[in-house]
Amino acid sequence: MNKEELKIRLTEVLPTVVFEEGGEWTTMIIDPAAWEGVAKELRWEGRLDFDYLFCVTAADWKTHIVMVYHLTSTVHRHTLVVKAKLDRDRPVIRTVADVWRTAEFHEREAFDLMGVEFTGHPDLRRLFMTDEWVGWPLRKDYDDPVNMIKL
Amino acid sequence: MDVSKSFPGEVHPTAGGGVLVTKLDEVINWARSNSLWPLVFGTSCCAIEMMSTAGAKYDWSRFGFEVARATPRQADVIIIAGTIVNKMAPVLKRLYDQMADPKYVIAMGACATSGGPFFYNTYSVVKGADHVIPVDVYVAGCPPRPEALLHALITLQEQIRRGPS
Amino acid sequence: MIEEIGTTEQGDLVINVGPQHPSTHGVLHLVITLNGETIKKVEPHLGYIHRSIEKMCESLSYRQFIYVTSRMDYLSSHINNHGCALCVEKGLQIEVPARAKVIRVLMDELTRLASHQLWWGAMAMDVGALTPFFHAFRERELINDIMEETCGARLTMNYMVPGGVMVDIHPDFQKRVKEFLRLFRTKIDEYDELVTGNVIFKSRMEGVGYLSPGDAVSYGCSGPTARGSGVSCDIRKLYPYEVYGEVQFEEVKETGGDCYARYLVRMREMRQSVSIIEQLIDQIPEGDFQAKTKAVLKLPKGEFYSRVETARGEFGVYIISEGGTTPYRIKFRSPGFSNLSALDHMARGHKIGDLVAIMGTLDLVIPDIDR
Repeated sequence: MNKEELKIRLTEVLPTVVFEEGGEWTTMIIDPAAWEGVAKELRWEGRLDFDYLFCVTAADWKTHIVMVYHLTSTVHRHTLVVKAKLDRDRPVIRTVADVWRTAEFHEREAFDLMGVEFTGHPDLRRLFMTDEWVGWPLRKDYDDPVNMIKL
Repeated sequence: MDVSKSFPGEVHPTAGGGVLVTKLDEVINWARSNSLWPLVFGTSCCAIEMMSTAGAKYDWSRFGFEVARATPRQADVIIIAGTIVNKMAPVLKRLYDQMADPKYVIAMGACATSGGPFFYNTYSVVKGADHVIPVDVYVAGCPPRPEALLHALITLQEQIRRGPS
Repeated sequence: MIEEIGTTEQGDLVINVGPQHPSTHGVLHLVITLNGETIKKVEPHLGYIHRSIEKMCESLSYRQFIYVTSRMDYLSSHINNHGCALCVEKGLQIEVPARAKVIRVLMDELTRLASHQLWWGAMAMDVGALTPFFHAFRERELINDIMEETCGARLTMNYMVPGGVMVDIHPDFQKRVKEFLRLFRTKIDEYDELVTGNVIFKSRMEGVGYLSPGDAVSYGCSGPTARGSGVSCDIRKLYPYEVYGEVQFEEVKETGGDCYARYLVRMREMRQSVSIIEQLIDQIPEGDFQAKTKAVLKLPKGEFYSRVETARGEFGVYIISEGGTTPYRIKFRSPGFSNLSALDHMARGHKIGDLVAIMGTLDLVIPDIDR
């Protein structure tokens, strides 16, 4: 299925959907508050059936943080990118670990390195860094004069 | 092989066999150097080259290193094969503390020597394992070839035979 | 942070495996809750080799960052480099010369062979057979020699660069590869004879660590781990890159979903890789091995994603560019990270001795997971 067809189908299922142009795959922008409902719709609606969440990324844009979810359907073989813009001072979004189980680890990584809080996550702890670690290393303003030697 | 070259001491030929004059310390060091048991400790890429050194082609058992042990309590030498990060550093220290004396350390590869390719702009890498435990022999390379590791182990043997400096 | 050995309120025993443990293949730390010998829960603790590669890459140029990626999944270093090179090429819209495409695929498949060989040796060692390790390393050295001749390195190659490959292949490359393949065909049969049909080995593997196709997809598993459950996920087949669309090969799948199925997938994959190399080794076209590129690469503003199939599964590179000479944000989607998340699900209800077999068939490379 090509990008346009997927867009039409997405609009059928989710009438209020907003798309972003450019990029290799269909990109959808969502309201973080609505993510839980949208995720369930994407996963369980037979015409979409996005069952494979292959990449979860958090990107720091200095004014806000964007969560990027890459989804594929192993049935229909179409791919979708979902983006959610979060407040940088208090980035909060609903977990999707109950929809795609792989999200549990990916969300812990985003929490650990970018400080995004996932409400309803079964076990939100630091994943790579030690529990005592302060700060979110992948944020752009992160500075660690003790450990980091800048070039 | 001519034993008199590798064995410490002087052999005085007498009727009915030779008499060896040596120091006990030197004999102990000689024995130690020829049965170094390494600890199986690999954190990243260098561990694969360490496995290659143990493999059929390079075969480190020729020099007496083949008894690789998984527990530090039975090991003599720890080959730090790979990057040490801040979270791993206490574990490495604990492993070193658990080894029985005399114990030796080889820093294998650029990461264990200085942080190597992960020196700049990282927040988690220890810039050289010698910040955590004392190192006897450093090996350059990323990762070092098996021959380089063998050379390091032989250098360590020579160091042990010379005794404490 | 490191929990001590103890018992929970329900009387279950909590033990730690790793970070220093021979069966974790690196520095993975598992906290296991046991009821008697039965596993109730496995909780992986990561980060013992987290080298902050994603942060580093933000200050490295598009030519420089590739060298760090060969140290992530060092057993598939060519394929990691390949994924990164593809992503940069996608952004710059560089057309790679035909010669480079074929060389890349050949190198990828040789890497896959070397990786699966090492896995085979280590896997057998995990379940208690030491001999296969020496067999595997004997043949692996031959691949390393071929790599060394052309790339100058045995393990971390940094051979694939944006636009093609760094240097042309060694004049003896084709001859050496053919010699190797002739030998290796007989050696795969030897591997099968030695381990695959072994009764003890089979009893350790069959029915252990079952993963259903639905769970495999939900946990984001890819590569041989998912294909052992019958999920079609080979990037080489689904989204062909380079010349994978033109060669004949089969996407290896098994339906068992247990450790033995995952084992068989990798063994059969080796034969497929041999077949791919045989098809291409005499078909290397003449011409440039590298496209003409600017000295300083600048990706246009935008987002680029490339997917490649490593020996462990789907490897993804996601570059967000602001138009500069360095990536604004880079994310590596590593196959091991997702595969590991299924470990808890697979191990529950099994005996603790089976955990080693399950981990072995996941083929974990910890720096790939931790990045």
